[in-house]
Amino acid sequence: MAASVRLLVRRLARLSHKSVTSSAATVSCRPGCCLGPSSSRCISDTAEDRSTHFGFETVPEAEKAKRVYKVFENVAQKYDVMNDAMSLGIHRLWKDMLLHVMHPQPGARLLDVAGGTGDISFRFLDYVLYQQERQKRRTAGSSQTPSWQDISDKYPTEDRPQESRAVVCDINKEMLKMGKQRADSMGITSGLSWVVGDAEELPFDDDQFDIYTIAFGIRNVTHIDQTLQEALRVLKPGGRFMCLEFSKVTNPVLAKLYDAYSFQVIPVLGEVIAGDWKSYQYLVESIRKFPDQEEFKGMIEDAGFFCVRYFNFTGGVVALHSGFKL
Amino acid sequence: MWQRLSNPFIRLNQTQSYLTSKGFKALLVHRLFTSGAELTYSYNGLYPGHIQTNSFQKALLAVGSGVAALQDPYRHDMVAVLGETTGHLALINLRERMKNDPEGYTILTERPRIRLSTLDLEKMASLPVGSFGREYLRFLEENKVTPDSRAEVKFVDNEELAYIMLRYREVHDLLHTLLGMPTNMLGEVAVKWFEAAQTGLPMCALGAVLGPLRLNASRLQSLFTSLGPWALQNGRRARCVLSIFYERRWEQSLEDLRRELNIEPPPLTLSASNKRRT
Repeated sequence: MAASVRLLVRRLARLSHKSVTSSAATVSCRPGCCLGPSSSRCISDTAEDRSTHFGFETVPEAEKAKRVYKVFENVAQKYDVMNDAMSLGIHRLWKDMLLHVMHPQPGARLLDVAGGTGDISFRFLDYVLYQQERQKRRTAGSSQTPSWQDISDKYPTEDRPQESRAVVCDINKEMLKMGKQRADSMGITSGLSWVVGDAEELPFDDDQFDIYTIAFGIRNVTHIDQTLQEALRVLKPGGRFMCLEFSKVTNPVLAKLYDAYSFQVIPVLGEVIAGDWKSYQYLVESIRKFPDQEEFKGMIEDAGFFCVRYFNFTGGVVALHSGFKL
Repeated sequence: MWQRLSNPFIRLNQTQSYLTSKGFKALLVHRLFTSGAELTYSYNGLYPGHIQTNSFQKALLAVGSGVAALQDPYRHDMVAVLGETTGHLALINLRERMKNDPEGYTILTERPRIRLSTLDLEKMASLPVGSFGREYLRFLEENKVTPDSRAEVKFVDNEELAYIMLRYREVHDLLHTLLGMPTNMLGEVAVKWFEAAQTGLPMCALGAVLGPLRLNASRLQSLFTSLGPWALQNGRRARCVLSIFYERRWEQSLEDLRRELNIEPPPLTLSASNKRRT
């Protein structure tokens, strides 16, 4: 309830704000600050004056979204190949761990934000399908020798297995295109939808999803707090927020090695494989600018999630944060 | 935009007026590149598109781009990166040769660029047949290439050497015209042999050695018996092709230009229709 009121207030603020700024990017204005006919107070606090980080560079907030969009537009074609090359295939293990911790049950609805090429959603559908098979086998095993009457009774119910749905949402059309191609080549026909949307302003109603995931996407948004609030809004009560993201390595030796690898090798790989040095330079810089595990945990708690905890993978290179909406 | 731009030792032999126009250009560059697909937003190096790299990264790039170029010869950007990371000594050598040639020195100071926007195509089309400009246009049309398709220089850590590298790339098409070679595999290998003999760039030498591996027997024969020796001899004795101010010589007849540069006409006439879709 409070979330939808906040959204309404934010929409009103944006409407009055549009007459001041000409920027097309999403503008974040503290609710309540710009209400009223005189929006002259907002001129000093427009998105063009406020700046944020783009890797190690400082850019106006309005520009960050555009530049991030260009980065992913450029890398979309070779995104999966580069992931395998840069992480030596370990990113697959990280994503498998995410699913393992998530442990989704058949019938769950997943929103995969910044889902791009669909890695998480494909794994989700596989996992849920596997769970369903297991359940079927268990029920089949428990009923010893069913009579033909029992079998024919079961037919109509088995025709409608619990529909698990995954929605892949991404702001970048190129990434979604690649994801759709992958889905087609894997032969996935149902249970998956592809939606273009901004993580800071999701095109979904309140209380829609059981699980919200954002894998390696949240460090690219302009306003992390807004993204977290949107996550809270679209989750059902009892729903789970899960975020997989690069984080701080605690071990100092590993940290040195990781830094050397990130700054020396990864842009070279980007140039050789994808023909784009600067996008991968941005990638490793943006990892350094993202808050560490504890700070991010605090931000998730501030947004209103409960039972927030995090798991470190590969010594802290990647952290999985999880919280519940209650 | 001026951060990290100036290395005073490089600027020793450049004039003051050039410096101030550079500052103006830096601002222009920032605005021009803001809407480009590549992230050349900030002029954060010695020239637009420059990426600072240390020797370890250069070594990795050289190896990686070499492997990538071998696997897929159509990746021109990888060939370009290989040339940039391995060509430092050859570029210095070229710079000396250009400085010692009066026309080459003019090129180094005026920095002309060969792009569609700077070429007056109508005027070139109206030139008589046999003139350099007309033949160049014919070459572009027959082989369906454009002078704008060259990759920009990224990994050369000296602004002047980067220009020389860029000039080398832009002159490549003109070389095809001068040598009368089309852009099929055989023609490209012949031009590479000429360039290897002329410039000494390791990337040219690598291309010259590995290019013939993709030719069939009859082409290999023509390469080794007539085209190859001709290309090597002429490469060695010709005047430095980078030192010629081509933009001012469109009206000159092709034969005349060849004589001036000390290049013999090709022993075989290859036509662009020889181009097979490999």
